[in-house]
Amino acid sequence: MLILTCPNCGIAADETELSAGGEAHLTRFGAGSSDADFEGYLFMRKNTRGVHFERWRHSYGCGKWFHAARCTTTLEVFGTYPAQTTEPPAELIEKIKQKRPEFEGFSK
Amino acid sequence: MSDAVSVVNGASFDGAVEVKDAGLVGMVTLRGDLGSESLAKAVKSAVGLALPDARGVKAGTKGGVAWMSPDELLLFCDYEKADALVAKLDKALAGEHFLAVNVSDARASFTLTGAGVREVIAKGSPADLSPEAFRQGEIRRSRLGQVAVAFWLSAPETMELVCFRSVGEFVYDWLCVAAEKDTLPEYFNAG
Repeated sequence: MLILTCPNCGIAADETELSAGGEAHLTRFGAGSSDADFEGYLFMRKNTRGVHFERWRHSYGCGKWFHAARCTTTLEVFGTYPAQTTEPPAELIEKIKQKRPEFEGFSK
Repeated sequence: MSDAVSVVNGASFDGAVEVKDAGLVGMVTLRGDLGSESLAKAVKSAVGLALPDARGVKAGTKGGVAWMSPDELLLFCDYEKADALVAKLDKALAGEHFLAVNVSDARASFTLTGAGVREVIAKGSPADLSPEAFRQGEIRRSRLGQVAVAFWLSAPETMELVCFRSVGEFVYDWLCVAAEKDTLPEYFNAG
């Protein structure tokens, strides 16, 4: 069972109380962008094996969105952070690098 | 206008704990900047209580106030006074970015009384209901079975629970089954 601590209300909520929102920190391409960019924004996802940044919503709780960093193979949760950011916080990246030396850092 | 009745019309069930329809309760959702002074003042004058901390719930003589999310409060009052409460908030907060709505008829509330109330809720909710983790004065928004509910302890052995009225009958039936006699594991009270 995946347990994520919601940074908005502080509750350690389990998976059944949350809704998954897919990959985090996408760059949005809308009207006026190239077809390739738009296709990438709509359909292309990383499908990482290892460290992954995701959006989650505490749907049965406070109803707010937040971000989580976890490992897709071991389900280890590295941390959660607020939704109002376009990239993961530096200290979280640092923490992940200490645990996973092979992790090269966040890239879009 | 027709007479308002609560969702299971005052029904109650006596099992391992008592499950009771709490009747009509006035509830007002207030969304806005919880850090703003004028909002705190408006709440104070409306229900006579200071803003609760995160996940806090307070009850007083004029009503109650519960923290629902970083920008949302739920105010409690007498059923008949909910509209007046909204009007009061609208007046006090005019010009600010906020929303106050009377949601009394969109909610159902139940009161559970007995030593096993934590265990009855724990049968259907992923929330940590152990006495160390869940204390009086804290409101927990979670789920019961598949539906969203919020609950808090108003006394050490009294659990108040609110849910959407559309699922009120389901929640009442669910609670009655969960509160059948001799079905509690007595996990929290053991040792």
